[in-house]
Amino acid sequence: MIALVKRAEPSRFFSLAAPVLAVVATMVFGGILFAFLGKDPLTAIGTIFWEPLFGEFAFFYRPQLLIKGAPLVLIAIGLSLGFKAGIWNIGAEGQYIMGALFGAGVGLAFYPMESVFIFPLMVLAGAFGGWVWAMIPAVLKVKFGTNEILVSLMLVYVAEQFLASMSLGLLKNPEGFGFPGSRNLQQYASAHNGELIAGSGMHWGVVAALIAVIFGYVLLARHRLGFAIRVTGEAPRAAKFSGVNPSRLVLFCLGISGLLAGLAGLFEVSGPAGQVTIEFNVGYGFTAIIVAFLGRLHPVGILLAGGLMALTYIGGDIAESKLGLPAAAIQVFQGMLLFFLLAFDLFTNYRLRLGRAEVA
Amino acid sequence: MDLSAINPVLFIAGFFVAATPLIFAAIGELVVERTGVLNLGVEGMMIVGAICGFATAVETGSPLLGFAAAAVGGAALSLLFAFLTQVMLANQVASGLALTLFGLGFSALLGQSYVGIKPPRLGDIDFGPLREIPVIGPILLSHDLIVYLGLALVIAVWAVLKYSRIGLVLRAVGENHDAAHALGFKVKRIRTLAIMFGGACAGVGGAYISLIRVPQWTEGMTAGVGWIALALVVFASWKPLRVLLGAYLFGGLVQLQLNLQGVGVAIPVEYLAMSPYVITIIVLVVLSRDNNRAPGSLGRTFHASS
Repeated sequence: MIALVKRAEPSRFFSLAAPVLAVVATMVFGGILFAFLGKDPLTAIGTIFWEPLFGEFAFFYRPQLLIKGAPLVLIAIGLSLGFKAGIWNIGAEGQYIMGALFGAGVGLAFYPMESVFIFPLMVLAGAFGGWVWAMIPAVLKVKFGTNEILVSLMLVYVAEQFLASMSLGLLKNPEGFGFPGSRNLQQYASAHNGELIAGSGMHWGVVAALIAVIFGYVLLARHRLGFAIRVTGEAPRAAKFSGVNPSRLVLFCLGISGLLAGLAGLFEVSGPAGQVTIEFNVGYGFTAIIVAFLGRLHPVGILLAGGLMALTYIGGDIAESKLGLPAAAIQVFQGMLLFFLLAFDLFTNYRLRLGRAEVA
Repeated sequence: MDLSAINPVLFIAGFFVAATPLIFAAIGELVVERTGVLNLGVEGMMIVGAICGFATAVETGSPLLGFAAAAVGGAALSLLFAFLTQVMLANQVASGLALTLFGLGFSALLGQSYVGIKPPRLGDIDFGPLREIPVIGPILLSHDLIVYLGLALVIAVWAVLKYSRIGLVLRAVGENHDAAHALGFKVKRIRTLAIMFGGACAGVGGAYISLIRVPQWTEGMTAGVGWIALALVVFASWKPLRVLLGAYLFGGLVQLQLNLQGVGVAIPVEYLAMSPYVITIIVLVVLSRDNNRAPGSLGRTFHASS
């Protein structure tokens, strides 16, 4: 008989090893999945993880890594703060959409005027859009005790409909021959979030993501609020006694994650995506949940996890075009990763012991 | 706009079709939550049920086999959640989310070759001449088997929870898992069975969408119904019969929104389409004041030695 015994202290080793084990297990089971789909598992895994970094066209894919990774890291940093305190913002996708809409809306309002102030204004508007959307579940939770998981999620569907209405209506390109979607911000110099160093993939969103990582690290390690977040997550009652105000914490955690998700949306719509379209959002808000967990809710971990997840996106695209691997397979692959991570996490808090458990 | 274009009898009859997926998903989740487990993977189990049911119905030509396969598919997926939360003691919120993310991808993968196909139709039950009764006939007696099955299931769950020993044990496990364990009940086994029941119900609910309500397969077609079902459990204050009330109210709303779109109300389609989600939020707010009737152990991980 195998029994589980709770560790007195969470194991540092397994807390770091679990993500690595999860990646390995996902590769194995992902390989089996690919074999079922009739692809050679080794080639498929190799294509996903090797090609973007070291393959023949790596010079083309490496910048993509920053472009895909930045929004994931930006959103995941915000989510991780809430998750740490047991505040579950699941609606980052909606906040991302609203950030993009607010930011792009401000930019398009100024068209065709050119000014250096337009882009900073758009950044503010994007952050504000995401923040406002996250404040809805936050205020409802604080005022009425409403479940923030359900409310933030419902707002994703609302935001998606809002996006559709905007790209068919108010923000539609008047010179777009009737097609849905806004003007292309890439062709509007003052509103374009272009590459800072040509060919590097580095745009303002990447800079923002790096700042967010540092901000998250300092907040958690050095600041009173970071302390309040950690205590609330680990021992809610102790947090109350030490004077943590739970309402303020809810407003702060949801607000900051909404703000960062909104920024991610703005940087995406004004840079890589270029325009507001009905299907402009691609699920970064949901994938960021995996990134946050995979990164152990730790800022540096999230940076690494964001890179890895970006790799699976790009590798998945390559595998789709080269091997005909279905796009959905990568989604399954990412879901699996979270499963394995949650499963291996057992060993962080528990030890396996052969024989019967002692009666406590 | 011409509101008289809406036929009131057909309109009310449509409630049942709109409510059935919700009834199945919510009653399954209600049982799961009554045992103290919060499974946020309803959306994932529904969409996997939707494609399992759809594929089986198309391949075999039998919608009923499709529903059976959907139940099996939903339950099989829920076993992943049961394994994570009951064996590996993982966080229930995170595991439920994982289940949904995985389910959305997995269903898209399974469904690739089924896009654009029409499933075989499940006919309405033949009530013979009874169906000719004005108003009552078309509203109550013009539906398929699954609609009535959903009603029966809710009543059965209500009776079992309220009057049977199994119900008592279920509730004990949900209210206080340590006490239930001390009394000798197998907490994990009971919870795992409840999770599978919830998965099977969610699967059938999903298949109702792909086989009857929409009759086709598209990626992500459950579009948040699973999350609304979770809100419905809160709305029902964990009481089975109130699930029916909530589902019909909600089904009515969805139906109204579709009908208004149909007759060309001046409000843009997108705003009508977002209304069910907005109204769910409003309902959650209104009801959150007396929401302290949740099962005592809801969302907490059980480990015998701790």
